[in-house]
Amino acid sequence: MNLAQLSLGEQGTLMLSALVLLTSFALLAQARLVACIHVFAWQGALVGLVTALVALTADTPHLYISAALTLALKALLIPWMLHRLVRRLNMHRHVETLMQPTVVLLFGAALVIFSYVVVLPVERIELAATRNILAISLAVVLVGLLMMVVRRQAVTQVIGFMSLENGLFLAAVAATRGMPLVVELGVAFDVLVAAVLFGVFFFQISESIESLNVDRLNRLSETGEDDS
Amino acid sequence: MNLSGWLLALIQTTLFVAAAPLFAAWVKALKSRLQNRRGPSLLQPYRDLHKLFHKEVMVAHTASPVFRAAPYIVFSAAILAAMVVPLVAARLPTAAIADVIVLVGFLALGRFFLALAGMDVGTSFGGMGASREMTVSSLAEPATLMAIFTLTMTAHSTNLSTVIAHNLETGLILRPSFLFAFMGLTLVALAETGRIPVDNPATHLELTMIHEAMILEYSGRHLALMEWAAQIKLMLYAVLILNIFLPWGIAADFAPGSLLLGLFAITAKLVILGAALALAETGLAKMRLFRVPQFLNLAFLLALLGMLSQVILEVGA
Repeated sequence: MNLAQLSLGEQGTLMLSALVLLTSFALLAQARLVACIHVFAWQGALVGLVTALVALTADTPHLYISAALTLALKALLIPWMLHRLVRRLNMHRHVETLMQPTVVLLFGAALVIFSYVVVLPVERIELAATRNILAISLAVVLVGLLMMVVRRQAVTQVIGFMSLENGLFLAAVAATRGMPLVVELGVAFDVLVAAVLFGVFFFQISESIESLNVDRLNRLSETGEDDS
Repeated sequence: MNLSGWLLALIQTTLFVAAAPLFAAWVKALKSRLQNRRGPSLLQPYRDLHKLFHKEVMVAHTASPVFRAAPYIVFSAAILAAMVVPLVAARLPTAAIADVIVLVGFLALGRFFLALAGMDVGTSFGGMGASREMTVSSLAEPATLMAIFTLTMTAHSTNLSTVIAHNLETGLILRPSFLFAFMGLTLVALAETGRIPVDNPATHLELTMIHEAMILEYSGRHLALMEWAAQIKLMLYAVLILNIFLPWGIAADFAPGSLLLGLFAITAKLVILGAALALAETGLAKMRLFRVPQFLNLAFLLALLGMLSQVILEVGA
């Protein structure tokens, strides 16, 4: 594919989607909890921008609404909620110890290659740029999944989940010019509700095991006497 | 034509070498301003070099000839590298001699002798600095080459002039691969030139220093050459990044008008880049030495992603 043949809008869409992938990697590598939330907010903002740009280039005005919704929810509201939660749990200075950061990042790069290979046979999409965005969003989904696997901390696992959802949303916008508005509204509020529920859940976990390290949920102890 | 080309190349290299301390001074002055200090004048590095060239050279009695030869080798390697990078005009005859892989080779040559000189006298600081420098560079070099290969794949040439001319011809295309390569190369440049997240250029007193630790034993004109070489290296990375990714304004022919425009363009770009560097150095804190591999791993990852999106987006599909 020759990039020079695409219009500037499509080039911009590709570029912004690549940046979304970059923020995914930043999430994967970031050990500080608060910084992680900030990166997640940036990712939401970028996804919102992609949506707006697609709305502009493909002339689908209803996408403006979902762009605004994404921006409001994923770039502002949910990060703010997570931020407040982390503050209330008194974890805003928390630095997670990552396991094998180098290996995890290289594994993430391998996932990117994998998703490109998977998307390669997809031919019947009218825009050449779309396939690449599809590949990128698949990679974002997989990297989000990877983040949920390798992180031990409940908050970062939830952020991984949310970034996975960002990837799905990106795919929907790029491949189908957005889902019907009703579906999009439903998904957006689903995510919001999920964020609220996760918040409650964090409190429960941290009250019962006095930590948000989910590895400790594996341990069975009735009285907690020899918890060494 | 050919003779004037060589003459121009000579002038350009001289200009490069002469302007390098000025660029370093510009960054330093801005940084001081940002930290509410007055800062040295822009001519201070020249005065320092002048002073050092007139001072007596003291050499430790344990030093071998390598120690005496190293400053000259490091400095010449820096000049040779500066010759290859187009500053004002692309398509100069010197650019045809060596491509970008040789450029990385010149830098590696300089670094090798710098590290040797650091270890030569046998002080603990020198050895420590040399070992750190080699750690950093062994991680930075793959990232540099990966980022540069991303660029050269687009232009189908490893010659810097050709790459720049190709970028000029195609005009503005938003390439994800270039963005990744740009970020990767910027991180590498910060590490290689010993700027703030990796090394602090303004201190002789930290246990974590890298570059300063290696040249601690030098004095007089040897020290001057070493410092000048470091300034050339900083300018070299700055010009490399600017002219590859934002080549607009660089002279494609040797007409006086376009040369003037090229000079003006690169000056303006360097002024802005220097400001950005000063801003970044003021905002960031130096990171622990043990986190440097992680930093460079990120650079490598960015370069790798750039390469991947290059291969997949533009070659493969």
